[in-house]
Amino acid sequence: MRNYKEKAMQIVFLMAACTSILAVALICVFLFANGIPAMSEIGVLDFFLGKKWRPSNDIYGILPMILGSIYVTAGAIIIGVPIGILTAVYMAKFCPKYIYRFLKPAVDLLAGIPSVVYGFFGLVVIVPFVRDNFGGDGSSILTASILLGIMILPTVISVSESAIRAVPDSYYQGGLALGATHEQSVFFITLPAAISGIMAGVVLAIGRAIGETMAVIMVAGNQARMPAGLLKGIRTLTANIVIEMGYAADLHRGALIATGVVLFVFILIINLSFSLLTRRTNR
Amino acid sequence: MIKIDTRSIHRKLRTYKRSPLSLVLLLLVLSATAITVSTLLFIIAYILIKGIPNITADLFAWEYTSQNVSLTPAIINTLIIVVLALLIAVPLGIFAAVYLVEYAKRRNKLVEMIRLTTETLAGIPSIIYGLFGLLFFVTAMGWGFSILAGAFTLAIMILPVIMRTTEEALKAVPDSYREGSFALGANKLRTVFRIVLPSAMPGILSGIILSIGRIVGETAALLYTAGTVAEIPKNLLSSGRTLSVHMYVLSSEGLYVNQAYATAVVLLVTVMIINWLSNFLAKKITKG
Repeated sequence: MRNYKEKAMQIVFLMAACTSILAVALICVFLFANGIPAMSEIGVLDFFLGKKWRPSNDIYGILPMILGSIYVTAGAIIIGVPIGILTAVYMAKFCPKYIYRFLKPAVDLLAGIPSVVYGFFGLVVIVPFVRDNFGGDGSSILTASILLGIMILPTVISVSESAIRAVPDSYYQGGLALGATHEQSVFFITLPAAISGIMAGVVLAIGRAIGETMAVIMVAGNQARMPAGLLKGIRTLTANIVIEMGYAADLHRGALIATGVVLFVFILIINLSFSLLTRRTNR
Repeated sequence: MIKIDTRSIHRKLRTYKRSPLSLVLLLLVLSATAITVSTLLFIIAYILIKGIPNITADLFAWEYTSQNVSLTPAIINTLIIVVLALLIAVPLGIFAAVYLVEYAKRRNKLVEMIRLTTETLAGIPSIIYGLFGLLFFVTAMGWGFSILAGAFTLAIMILPVIMRTTEEALKAVPDSYREGSFALGANKLRTVFRIVLPSAMPGILSGIILSIGRIVGETAALLYTAGTVAEIPKNLLSSGRTLSVHMYVLSSEGLYVNQAYATAVVLLVTVMIINWLSNFLAKKITKG
């Protein structure tokens, strides 16, 4: 009787553990089953390379949105990654304990602020700032890049910090013994040794930036056209889905789900490279 | 107490004279950290200063009208969705972690599948969850825009968070606890429920609190699952907006900027409390 209960519970635990397999399978099936038919009805080439998105004329080309996502993400990486890595270096190798006790929760809080709050902050602070200082109407690739650059900071910082901490201290001390200063030793010996971990952080940040939705919608302008300049508005893949899903029907709806499929595949590729990178670090 | 050691400062200065590059690197590191910290402080200060004067009693009226744009229904909806999503995800997540840590044999195909899919779930952006929720819970299951569909969607979203934090908490329980329990004649199940899970509790709780933070801050996954109706729901199948969705609607309509500031304050303060709680509990486990 005892044994029976034990076995039963083990099966319950196993089934709970399989939930994530089931969830991923369901997500794949429902996205692909709804997205692929629309994609083939539009024509795969027309869908991916079409430069026009005009649902009212049944023209669905998502190249503008793909480029939009890529530009905004690239901008975020350019802004967020250097600052993030340098902050991580400070936290891991420079800062005294009493400052670390304050910095760590600060980074956690930066990660915890909801994306609508970031978006709202972007809307009331960064958009007017860009409008007054750089021109344009403020909702632009630049604005979205700055905001996303801030939003990916905590990801870059925490992954880089643990990568830097994972480098054996003997490396650093070896550098000192050869006459390097503290800074030289950290930057030219410890940091290169942590590079694959830091790259993993950057890849994770790319995933965050591509997948970010609400904050981008609020500051990017959302015009569905080919990118026209740093100070012009843009629409990302994520924004495309949220903005039009509310009233879309038939092929239009299918095209939006297909947009989701493209985004999903992007993310899967990014996740895969992230786990490959971290696996290499662990070894 | 910071002791100022003039001799070491002099030595430092001499080093930097000899190697200006080191000084440049130091300044870079310091200014990057200053940018990070000041950005955070600026965001918090800006929202609080602009928002707190806009918090009025009207904002917490029981009924939502287009005059008062009351937060109360949104707060109640948020609470309901948090409770429902946790009810679904917490048992599943804890049981899954128990399986992975206590039962699974290492290097098993199935275990690897579970880990891979959990990692995948953790990386999927919330808009994809929203899209899936719309296709599956709202349309295929026929629940319509409803609290229930929103809660289920978010439950899947927070599952990997709960699994991972529980796993770490379980691994942190020393094996001697388990051995002691076995030595006293307890079987495996009893050991798990009476010894291992209770001692892992602070870690598990900190994961749960972290997921509450995710749910409170979530918008994209809820827009097309729970919908945007600003009312207290009659039942689980009626639509209702959470606080974050409420804030998005307010700021995108552009008519209620002051109220949006106030909502931002409420959200920000909630998230700060949640973070503090989760840190507090996480510290408890490391202290043992």
